[in-house]
Amino acid sequence: MKKTENNKNPSRAEVWEQEISIYEDIILARQKVKVMMQEMGFSVLAQTRIVTAVSELARNIVIHAGGKGRMSVCEVSKTGKRGGLKCIFEDRGPGIENIEKAMQSGFSTSNSLGLGLSGAKKLCNEFYIESFLGKGTTVTIIEWLP
Amino acid sequence: MGEVTILKIGKNLIVPIQIELHDQSARKLQRDILNYIEKTGAQGLLIDVSAVSIIDSFLGRLLVETAKMAKLMGTETVLVGMKKEVVLTLIHLGLTMKNLHTALNIEDGLALLKSLTGRTYEKNRK
Ligand SMILES: Nc1ncnc2c1ncn2[C@@H]1O[C@H](COP(=O)(O)OP(=O)(O)OP(=O)(O)O)[C@@H](O)[C@H]1O
Ligand SMILES: [Mg+2]
Repeated sequence: MKKTENNKNPSRAEVWEQEISIYEDIILARQKVKVMMQEMGFSVLAQTRIVTAVSELARNIVIHAGGKGRMSVCEVSKTGKRGGLKCIFEDRGPGIENIEKAMQSGFSTSNSLGLGLSGAKKLCNEFYIESFLGKGTTVTIIEWLP
Repeated sequence: MGEVTILKIGKNLIVPIQIELHDQSARKLQRDILNYIEKTGAQGLLIDVSAVSIIDSFLGRLLVETAKMAKLMGTETVLVGMKKEVVLTLIHLGLTMKNLHTALNIEDGLALLKSLTGRTYEKNRK
């Protein structure tokens, strides 16, 4: 009994990966993250916040990076204590010229609301963005269990 | 992916969103609603989102737009059943759904529609 439990923990570092290229992929990404968060015991509010952020970041790949990207999701832990969920959105799109500007709420190059990046940042515990012109963009978000 | 049913009950259209909409099916729903309003001359539009677990900036904006378009066609819109988690998330996101009438449930929504459309009717009569 104990052994299986011990064995279970390391194998928990499973990674889910999927392509983000078309609108349907946004729904798949949302569903996957929602199920994982449910299994990990996140509150409904946390699930709603993070899945909304996932939706924004995945849509950015479809719209701004020509659908050339993917999402990977895995469980992480903080010095063996709190568990968390990490989602990485990586694309091979055009990159973002001015990240500071792009992060401002209301800034959009597609005549949209410009709420996606700034909103996603507000909706999760940790948010990291990295972008190289002509290479692509990587956004990482982490949410910790309370 | 399934379709959203649009019901005509009395002078109102009722749209219960029961499936997860991706962007294109949400746009199609918006077109369908506007076509239906044109066809039926409905006075009120009630959109029930009680089964919707996520409203992101795209769907939020689309709902606000739909209400605006319906208004231009003379139809009042009430959005009902928004989950509290969804409301809190929309506030975090910075999406204000102002100018959109909301109610807790279908019953309250229908009562609100009645008062909204009643007022328009009286105004038109004067
Ligand atoms: N993955 C990406 N690749 C390239 N550019 C991006 C990417 N994500 C965002 N951007 C740029 O950053 C800007 C801001 O993104 P954000 O998601 O905040 O707003 P939006 O997508 O334009 O509008 P909204 O998300 O509100 O519909 C975009 O207009 C786009 O220029
Ligand atoms: Mg966006």
